[in-house]
Amino acid sequence: MLSTGDDITVNHPEEHDSESDDDPSGSSAVVLGLDGLAALIAALWDRGYRVVGPTVRDSAIVLDELLTADSLPIGWGDEQAPGHYRLRRREDQARFGYVVGPQSPRQELSPQKVALVKIRRTADGFDADAVDPTPAAPIAFIGLRGCELAAMGIHDRVMIGGAHPDPVQSARGADRFVVGVDCGDPAATCFCTSMGTGPTAGAEMGPDNTETADLRLCELIDDDRHDFLCHVTSKAGAEVMETLEHRPANTADHLAAQEVRHRAVQCIEKHLDTDGLADRLMAVPDHPRWDEVAERCLSCTNCTLVCPTCFCSTIDDVGDLAGEMTTRTRVWDSCFTLDHSYLHGGAVHATTRSQYHQWLTHKLSTWWDQFGESGCVGCGRCTTWCPAGIDLVEEATALSRAPEINR
Amino acid sequence: MTPASTELAQERPRVAVWKFSSCDGCQLTLLDCEDELLTVAERVELAYFLEAGAVGDGGKGLYDLSLVEGSITTPGDLDRIQDVRRRSTRLVTIGACASAGGIQALRNFTEVEQFLGIVYAQPQFISTLEESTAISDHVEVDFELRGCPIDKNQLLEVIAAFTNGRPPAIPGHSVCVECKLRGNVCVTVAQGVPCLGPVTHAGCGALCPTYHRGCYGCFGPSETANVAGVAVELRRHGMDEHEIELAMHTFNTWSPELRDYPPSAPTPTGEQP
Repeated sequence: MLSTGDDITVNHPEEHDSESDDDPSGSSAVVLGLDGLAALIAALWDRGYRVVGPTVRDSAIVLDELLTADSLPIGWGDEQAPGHYRLRRREDQARFGYVVGPQSPRQELSPQKVALVKIRRTADGFDADAVDPTPAAPIAFIGLRGCELAAMGIHDRVMIGGAHPDPVQSARGADRFVVGVDCGDPAATCFCTSMGTGPTAGAEMGPDNTETADLRLCELIDDDRHDFLCHVTSKAGAEVMETLEHRPANTADHLAAQEVRHRAVQCIEKHLDTDGLADRLMAVPDHPRWDEVAERCLSCTNCTLVCPTCFCSTIDDVGDLAGEMTTRTRVWDSCFTLDHSYLHGGAVHATTRSQYHQWLTHKLSTWWDQFGESGCVGCGRCTTWCPAGIDLVEEATALSRAPEINR
Repeated sequence: MTPASTELAQERPRVAVWKFSSCDGCQLTLLDCEDELLTVAERVELAYFLEAGAVGDGGKGLYDLSLVEGSITTPGDLDRIQDVRRRSTRLVTIGACASAGGIQALRNFTEVEQFLGIVYAQPQFISTLEESTAISDHVEVDFELRGCPIDKNQLLEVIAAFTNGRPPAIPGHSVCVECKLRGNVCVTVAQGVPCLGPVTHAGCGALCPTYHRGCYGCFGPSETANVAGVAVELRRHGMDEHEIELAMHTFNTWSPELRDYPPSAPTPTGEQP
């Protein structure tokens, strides 16, 4: 994990390259080949991590255990639009040539279902045993993007940054190792540049944002090369790097990475005007656009369950038939269910209009009141994975304008 | 039998299982609880369950919990469901027939006399109602367990909840939630497969999408189902109007959210030939 202020140096096994120049950010940069990437994944397993990264399953790129670098989505990219996702074959053999899939680190750090307490009936009452949330091994994430790092930071602050840290997320996130990757080929649904979270993995982070990767890769591919510029940004990252074959980065490597970043920024066409957006959205509870979007919205919950910053859960107490044993389980919930806002007398958000209003204003407005930052990182998952193709940027933009006359 | 276990036996809640117009599949779900069946039998007294050969008191007693399968389709059913209700402290419907009228409610859209002439050689012996209707159209129902057929684990949860005096933990949200809880990738978005999951009541554990098929809607509409909205998506993924109509009218065709599909109002585009 990164400790700010640490002096991060990597001892190069070979002769120091006279052409090398360190990145202005202060982290040391090296170049890792394809073999080096494979060795990195193997080294993380060897060091006791459970390595989780991108792989192709069910017609998408998902996060799963990555036994070797062969399981990476080699040569796969993705095509995304509102309500639309397709894998596509790339012309190159890129390892990280896709954007983001339907999943995010959230499922690892706060899984869909977690048993919290087991309660057993006894002769004179009951015994309750808390379930230890400590995973068998710390997690090493491979290939996280800037938006995902930002989302992880938000989750850390919300779930474990306060007076009552969540034991599940604390235990599962402890000692994690993160390999970030700069986005080289963003999707049509991406708007990280509007939210200040990408497309590079951590470069846009503000001074208060301490969440970053231990290693930050930029995949460099052209006719003559296929390797990775790697910024070593933590002590843990430096320790792993020392065991791998690499060379110091030179000016050409940095220029190639800058070109990747430049191309990625050019790719991002979607823009959300965040200036005063929080207030603008809260000011229009009667805007007719809410009714229009509610006609399209299926209240299916997909936007919330693919969102990397959504954190709502419900508690299920499920007892056995004999009435002897109950397991209290935490399960992902969504503000698009009636149970989510159920109070005495019924649901507070009983209509789809009310549910959508709650969701969008929480992400973009009231999150600021609650946590002092945006609840949206601009990854575009809510838009891609909405079966009705409802586009967050389009809705927020329309809602923050005056309604059209004679609508 | 020891005195203690006799006492326990006397305290066991009495459960009856009733059949109306149905295929028996939901009752069989109870018998399919193989690993749990002995516990069920220990926990409750299966006082009347013809499918399991438990004639018991012949359905003439009083029951703490009645599980009712099937829809109301005959004049005899009309009287019998009132009798079942009077005998039952709690009445839970099991399955799409009892909860929504079942697949046989397709007849509600046509003239039942036509079927009688086609199906039966001697239609004059058949006594039937014009419509196949849900149990809740006739008597007060304490809980409706969805599905065609019902899910075994949900049935066990209902029995455990009602016999322990607590509400069942059976959410009314969409199948999409179940896909996400399983880690499934959305088949509609990633593969363009038309799917009723966004408007279908959870309970099956997202069985079909897990095998890369669209949801057929066996569990009926979810709590805030936007049927017109999902029709737009089915159209976008290649289904024509006839196919969409067929998809809406299956096991839960007579549920209030689906029976009026397609709406008779002008099409949203307002285009007229």
